[in-house]
Amino acid sequence: MSESDLHRSGDLAPGDEEEVRIGPRLLVYAVGLGLAILLTATSFFIAGTNLVWQPSIPVAIVVLAIAQMGVHLVFFLHITTDPDNTNNIMALAFGLLIVFLVVGGSLWIMSHLNQNMPPMDQIMQMQR
Amino acid sequence: MTDATLALGHGDPHLLGGRPHEGPASKRIVTAYGFWIFLLSDIVIFSCFFAAYAVLLGQTAGGPSGAELFDLRSVAAETAFLLLSSFTCGLAMIAADVRDARWFHLGMAVTCLLGLGFLALEFREFAALVSRGAGPTRSAFLSAFFTLVGCHGAHVSAGILWLLTMMAQVFAKGFRADIMRRLLCFALFWHVLDIIWVAIFSVVYLLGSAA
Amino acid sequence: MFGELTLFGKLTWAAIPFDQPIPLIAGAVVLVAILAVLAWVVIAGHLPYLWREWITSVDHKRIGVMYVLLASVMLLRGFSDAIMMRAQQAVAFQSQGYLPPEHYNQIFSAHGTIMIFFVAMPFVIGLMNIVVPLQLGVRDVAFPTLNSVGFWLTATGALLVNVSLVVGEFARTGWLPYPPLSELTYSPGVGVDYYVWSLEISGVGTLVAGINLVTTVLKLRTKGMTYLRMPVFCWTTLASNLLIIAAFPILTATLAMLILDRYFGFHFFTNEAGGNVMMFMNLIWAWGHPEVYILVLPAFGVFSEVVSTFSGKPLFGYRSMVIATMAICIISFMVWLHHFFTMGAGPEVNAIFGIASMIIAVPTGVKIYNWLFTMYGGRVRFTTPMMWSIGFMVTFIIGGLTGVLVAVPPADFLLHNSLFLVAHFHNVIIGGVLFGAFAGYTYWFPKAFGFRLRESWGKAAFWLWLIGFYVSFMPLYAVGMLGMTRRMQHYDVAEWRPWLMVAGVGAVVVLAAIICQIIQLVVSIRDREELRDVTGDPWDGRSLEWATASPPPAFNFAFMPDVTGLDAYWRMKTQARLLGAEPGEPDYKDIEMPRNSPTGFVCAFFATIMGFALIWHIWWMVALGGVGAFATFVVFAWRDHDEYIIPAAEVARVDRANREARRAAVSLAGSPS
Repeated sequence: MSESDLHRSGDLAPGDEEEVRIGPRLLVYAVGLGLAILLTATSFFIAGTNLVWQPSIPVAIVVLAIAQMGVHLVFFLHITTDPDNTNNIMALAFGLLIVFLVVGGSLWIMSHLNQNMPPMDQIMQMQR
Repeated sequence: MTDATLALGHGDPHLLGGRPHEGPASKRIVTAYGFWIFLLSDIVIFSCFFAAYAVLLGQTAGGPSGAELFDLRSVAAETAFLLLSSFTCGLAMIAADVRDARWFHLGMAVTCLLGLGFLALEFREFAALVSRGAGPTRSAFLSAFFTLVGCHGAHVSAGILWLLTMMAQVFAKGFRADIMRRLLCFALFWHVLDIIWVAIFSVVYLLGSAA
Repeated sequence: MFGELTLFGKLTWAAIPFDQPIPLIAGAVVLVAILAVLAWVVIAGHLPYLWREWITSVDHKRIGVMYVLLASVMLLRGFSDAIMMRAQQAVAFQSQGYLPPEHYNQIFSAHGTIMIFFVAMPFVIGLMNIVVPLQLGVRDVAFPTLNSVGFWLTATGALLVNVSLVVGEFARTGWLPYPPLSELTYSPGVGVDYYVWSLEISGVGTLVAGINLVTTVLKLRTKGMTYLRMPVFCWTTLASNLLIIAAFPILTATLAMLILDRYFGFHFFTNEAGGNVMMFMNLIWAWGHPEVYILVLPAFGVFSEVVSTFSGKPLFGYRSMVIATMAICIISFMVWLHHFFTMGAGPEVNAIFGIASMIIAVPTGVKIYNWLFTMYGGRVRFTTPMMWSIGFMVTFIIGGLTGVLVAVPPADFLLHNSLFLVAHFHNVIIGGVLFGAFAGYTYWFPKAFGFRLRESWGKAAFWLWLIGFYVSFMPLYAVGMLGMTRRMQHYDVAEWRPWLMVAGVGAVVVLAAIICQIIQLVVSIRDREELRDVTGDPWDGRSLEWATASPPPAFNFAFMPDVTGLDAYWRMKTQARLLGAEPGEPDYKDIEMPRNSPTGFVCAFFATIMGFALIWHIWWMVALGGVGAFATFVVFAWRDHDEYIIPAAEVARVDRANREARRAAVSLAGSPS
């Protein structure tokens, strides 16, 4: 894991960072922790408060969650938009695409199915 | 190998193949990338459980819903434990990179304790729900809840087993190259578990309680 | 469920089908055969060799061969199920036939499960394992020991399914166990449990193979081999394995939910307490559709290699092939609802997925045109692999067309679950995947074993398979149009009978084809000296695997090649001819290779124990198996020596022998054409 290892192919292992000095590395983790705490506290606060326009709460929580995932990716996992990280981002993008297709597609399909098809207990009663 | 490359009129004149390719990547990159892809497949598993949870959200079969059941203080504590453990895991990795065994073991031990704390709180929550008659067999919603959150807890448990194994390995064999690669994989695993927890506490607990 | 605290859970002597002659006799015959083979191996002293060179091997070539061997053996089992079904349907007109319904239902369930999971998947994974590192110019896949684990876990799954024949029963729910039938209420026996555990375990193996091959293609290519210089087979490997990584977790999760329902009384898919059976279909097909592309994409890759080699031309439209492959990869994740148009999602949803299902035919069409244009203007050699490719093109087009037909939702409302559908998917799977597998088998056999297969028997097998397939399945299109539903144990519509009898004849023709393939193998092994491949390049190939000896040495390449363009080996040969001499001897160096390891085999052993114990509710055995599996990994992780060194002198010796053999063969043949 010498630096030459990291730079040779213009490619970085996911989770590796180029920085080797302890100070900046600690700082990165500390900043990440701080941001994550902030975002978490905000989420919990918004979920329980009446100070915010109620219908916006779900959106706010989702946005804060996505932001915090980003904080984890950048500060803890060191997955950045650096060109050396391209392969790692591509893999992540592919994974996220699949997640959206599966979750989004399933929700879309299931809501249509649930709307059109009677619930199971009704079907069971019809058969008695 | 071939010193005289005869121009055959093809090749890659516009470098559309990208930068000149130097050959196979280093072991560290190969190992970590393979593990990264495994983590993505694990994320797909979680997304299936999330999808099932979303579909079955309203299917309480006359039983309790999330809003009635969730104890947000416990969730906040679990979140704090897991987030801090991610931080201490990062510190342990830095210690490993500079070959400092003392700080490494300290960081990993704290990570382990925080992880165990998380699991203890979660186990307590599950036990309380079951004793209230709100176990996973009560309704489809509860089945989905226990499975999603329980799957995450199972991963944390496996992670702790792995953590202890890694501590034992470093203790026995030092910071050997292959052990360092495994530590990198462990760190990826532990951080991704926290990312999944962000999704869980947001979507399941916070949205579930706000409803 | 935890109430049974007996020593052997639900397992009793009643689990053995003493009262059912067919499985009893079949099981007895297989058991005797296995014991005979084992006895021969041990008595003839082959066990140490087998253990050292095959069972504990982490060499991708060996593991690939074992995958293909597993697939071939399971093909015989799956085909036996098929011929039993055809026989039943040929005779069961206004009669019960010879197979009672409970048995017939297990047969069609086992047939589908085995063919998809233990024939098609291992076959293509095996081919990819053998070929891809060679084509990429490297020494092995990214994770050799994990490769072994993946294979042995797949074998565990196959073993469990076959054990169900003699101990207990198999699922009666079809190859995808739809709830509520597959729930405990309606399937209280162990059949569905055999199914789910077998697939959960082998699913881990498949995922491991997926991770391995993606990482190999993306991170392990020889110097100079940029993405656009890879053979198309490597691109299809990449696409197929990306799909494995993306889709198999869905299968794992969905079967896990079914397991939780059956074992712990959860309510994901039950009729009561809010369960939603439709969610199972939705999730399982979100896996199921990518699965068929996982199977067919490597077959497409095989055809790209075979067609360009035997036309003597570079593949036409390389870039469009790559784009088409990746397009198929992505779109295959957007069509899954077409498997349940009739479940009631409504016109908007059906329309979108129907259109997407038609769109996916376009990149496939691009591929077909590229293969045709590759052949056009080339000097085509009609060897067995090429015959399979041409047979594929005709057959797959028909199957694809019927696919586009059923992609139209209103049409599908009539054809869903009829024999028309059965004919369609066999058309594309046999015509696509199986023909591709056979093409790859006959094409790369010399590379794997060092001698060619007899062409005459190969061609006979091809023609019999082709004729047999058409005679078997074209009548099923007709009888599906006439209204016959799938999976019928008996029927009384006179109109269907003649078609089903013709289909029965077709199955016999396929049986003859399979016998020809077995004979081909036996005869080729017997005559192997005469059929020996001395140069390593029996077909005048274009890609790097043909630069190695047949079979390649453990380290594949003495010196990893430096690639300057597509069809890397063809370039090397062309340059050698132009220069009038082969490239000089490389600078031989020591080579590090991964050590063999029993990890895969031992892990699978514990997985088998765990699987069997979970099926029969023998909880102490589950715990034992789990501890054993974990211990295996810890033992492996504690290893101090991962690799061994092949000294430069040894490398030089092996390589020089190969170069000498090539030189002799080339000079005997005169100047290459």
